[in-house]
Amino acid sequence: MPSADRRTIYEKSCCGRRAYSLPASDVPQIPLDELVPAGLHRACPARLPEVGELDLLRHFTELSTLNFGVESGSYPLGSCTMKYNPKINEVVGRLEGFAGLHPYQPESLVQGALELMYELEQWLAEIAGLARVTLQPAAGAHGELTGLLIMRAAHHAQRRDPKRIIIPDTAHGTNPASVIMAGYEPVAVTSDPRGGVDLEALKALLDDDLAGLMLTNPNTLGVFDENITEIARLVHEAGGLLYYDGANSNAVLGISRPGDMGFDVVHFNTHKTFSTPHGGGGPGAGPIAVRDTLAPFLPVPLVGKAEDGRFFFDDDRPQSIGKVRTFYGNFGVLIRAAAYIRGLGPDGLRRVSEMAVLNANYVMEGIKDLYDVPFERRCMHEFVASAAPLKEHGVRALDVAKRLLDYGVHPPTTYFPLLVDEALMIEPTETESREDLERLIEALRAVAAEAVTDPEMLREAPLSMPVRRLDEAAAARHPVLHQRFPEDGESCA
Amino acid sequence: MGRSVTDYVPHSELDVRTMLDAVGAPSIDGLFDDIPEAVRRREPLALPAGLSEAEVLGEMRRLAAANTPATGLVSFLGAGVYDHYVPAVVDAIVSRSEFATAYTPYQPERSQGVLQTIFEFQTAICELTGMDVSNAGMYDAGTALAEASLLAAHQTRRGRVVVSAGVHPEYRQVLATETVHTGPRPQFVDLTAGAATDFEAAKAAVDADTAAVFVQQPNFFGALEDLAGAAEVAHAAGALFAVVADPLSLGLLEAPGRLGADIVVGEAQAFGNAMDFGGPGLGYMAVTQKLMRRIPGRLVGETLDSEGRRGFVLTLQTREQHIRREKATSNICSNHALNALAALVHLSWLGREGLAELGLMCARKTAYLRQALLALPGVTAFTAGPVFREFAVRLPVPGAQVVEALVPLGFLAGVPAARFAAQFAGADLDDVLLVAVTEKRTRAEMDAFIAAVAAHLASPEAPHA
Repeated sequence: MPSADRRTIYEKSCCGRRAYSLPASDVPQIPLDELVPAGLHRACPARLPEVGELDLLRHFTELSTLNFGVESGSYPLGSCTMKYNPKINEVVGRLEGFAGLHPYQPESLVQGALELMYELEQWLAEIAGLARVTLQPAAGAHGELTGLLIMRAAHHAQRRDPKRIIIPDTAHGTNPASVIMAGYEPVAVTSDPRGGVDLEALKALLDDDLAGLMLTNPNTLGVFDENITEIARLVHEAGGLLYYDGANSNAVLGISRPGDMGFDVVHFNTHKTFSTPHGGGGPGAGPIAVRDTLAPFLPVPLVGKAEDGRFFFDDDRPQSIGKVRTFYGNFGVLIRAAAYIRGLGPDGLRRVSEMAVLNANYVMEGIKDLYDVPFERRCMHEFVASAAPLKEHGVRALDVAKRLLDYGVHPPTTYFPLLVDEALMIEPTETESREDLERLIEALRAVAAEAVTDPEMLREAPLSMPVRRLDEAAAARHPVLHQRFPEDGESCA
Repeated sequence: MGRSVTDYVPHSELDVRTMLDAVGAPSIDGLFDDIPEAVRRREPLALPAGLSEAEVLGEMRRLAAANTPATGLVSFLGAGVYDHYVPAVVDAIVSRSEFATAYTPYQPERSQGVLQTIFEFQTAICELTGMDVSNAGMYDAGTALAEASLLAAHQTRRGRVVVSAGVHPEYRQVLATETVHTGPRPQFVDLTAGAATDFEAAKAAVDADTAAVFVQQPNFFGALEDLAGAAEVAHAAGALFAVVADPLSLGLLEAPGRLGADIVVGEAQAFGNAMDFGGPGLGYMAVTQKLMRRIPGRLVGETLDSEGRRGFVLTLQTREQHIRREKATSNICSNHALNALAALVHLSWLGREGLAELGLMCARKTAYLRQALLALPGVTAFTAGPVFREFAVRLPVPGAQVVEALVPLGFLAGVPAARFAAQFAGADLDDVLLVAVTEKRTRAEMDAFIAAVAAHLASPEAPHA
């Protein structure tokens, strides 16, 4: 690829060029100073780029070629479920009857949107094995915060105020961060030799101050915690509630429901499990499902259905925690999730999980002689391999990841979960073909071989990307977070 | 095993058999032996049976057709979500799967595309707001406001925030919900009779325990606030000054950073994003250099690669949950990157002249409609002073009634303020209508609208259709 320094769109800007067009003004040309008081009138224009429309398109098209999406190649990023994002979802998400809706239109004009939300709530409740759903949270972490606020409200309603939330040492980083935002105190519980929650360690943490436990099942090691019903019983007996981090739901759709495992609150990441695109960092959606006893505390509004069949926003919920997002959540994302669930139905969803688990086991089988697989058992939809055997050659998980880029696959998640040394967390997803899985296996095997024959090169990898390894330390030491303009420091006036 | 109608799984039965053999599993069922029978579900989920792609499209079209989108009517709805024209280039770019289907750019060597667009987005927000540092985007203005109050409390170690009642009532609801256990206590300050913030009341509310003063520009009722005056009130007490700014107004209005803001947050949906029934929009947050290490969310910085070439990376990640876990500044991971990209493309299309011209056009059209509405008998100003592209009027009849009556004529007259009454304790908002005018509205449409409102007010009971 070309190595010439890239320019930003601001550096391509040329005074007086334009892409925009606006209609001719058809109202009186009131002077600016009659519209805006002098002190509020902008003195210096915002230095937005001035480019022609084709130049604009070429700029962003070039940038897109420097990026890697699910359609570019395998993307086995553990815990992120980078499955195919069906094209039909994009078509339905752009239908004017959805995209053109304003949130404050009269309810009589948005009956189709309300029906979609009502149905999706029912479907997600059924998939979770719980009673009611809010679609409001904007992302998984936002769902976690919402769920914790609901748990706290439920404890308060019983005139209790316990403060501690138990989180396994394998948990996603969002779990402890969300616990803090909810005003709770996170307490770590260790894992047992099979990768599940250590029951004895758990028992030692149970006391009157227990508000609940957050768990991912299968967990971030890709293993299903066989003791889940016992864990649920212990936590409930101690007065706690169980929160299910649904990041790994792709393993158990229609096979095992969190509600049946004993969980009281569940969030789904629609951008993982239900095929809505990740967008390079959002928008996602993080709807949560709760047990019937927690339903009164859900955010407002919920969607209700009247006896005459009309749908309505139900704001009259006196025990609600309030609102966690403006309007009704990421509706445009939820349409895509609804289309996916409607297309797959119960059989399709189940097959998703079956094939996701088969694919992960197939890749694990293909590399486990070259990389350590710390838990000698079948994995679910993902597994954690360790690059520790390569350390004797001076090669680390980071080097493996960077070299995989040269083989045209996106690297796995690295250095997570924290309790596995040199972790490579691999989640192929169900939409990969056998040939692509084999290419991934071959790439991982080739890199392991190169670790022996050419470790020096691996530490320099990637070799074929638009840039080589970037100096992240310098970026943090001297942060340059926006364009520097030549005239910076001068007054525009 | 039976194939479902749709599942996007490529495997043939032979593939599945081959792979099962390779992993030494007797059957698909055998892959799930770790799941105890007590929590194994043996019956199918109670969901509607799967559909083909064509059937899904048909079903979704049926639901979409059961709506009447605001974009199909002559709409004056605003209140935080605006119907501006989105140029065709936006969808052309955000539809590219390399942007749309990528994950957060954790592998910078293969993610330079999205990293550079975030850098360019941060630049655009800094330019618009006049601030030093912008993050990569937030969920929405409500959650950005909540995060800003937490930031202010941490920075000042103070226990309260003073929030103008001119801040969007839903943003205030989100603030109250999300920070109830950990954040500073919000204290709301009423508006004057002209719908601008009562700065005398604000001054009285601010004290040595005030972490920040929050004012929205333009405020919920469209009024332009005296930001410099508000900054003085905040800074005199050692509090931060935080502005909820509509970024589309900032081609015309002074940058909050030049009027004393320490934090600027807001909703940037109007740039490049459909209304989408209110979500996903695009929150943003920008701060002064001093607050850089406290800003939540993603930040992209410029650096060099090992051969001295320019590149971009996620930076200052020690603020974030995936590194710091319980010590993070926030639990936020997502930055609504695709919405931020849409905003960047739209802003690049407008350019510096286009944004200013667009703002002026909105302000002039708004002034035209406002004058005409206020000339109708019984219609009085609720927002008294200068406005940008939205204002509120008091009608002689309930606002919701006018909205209902004009729908059959093809108009969405505005947002009745009464639906927010609970967030404006004690205020009589039954007859108040919030009216927004974007560049999409033509003079002919506005003239027809005025005539329809006049006819309705003249004989509220008569059918007009």
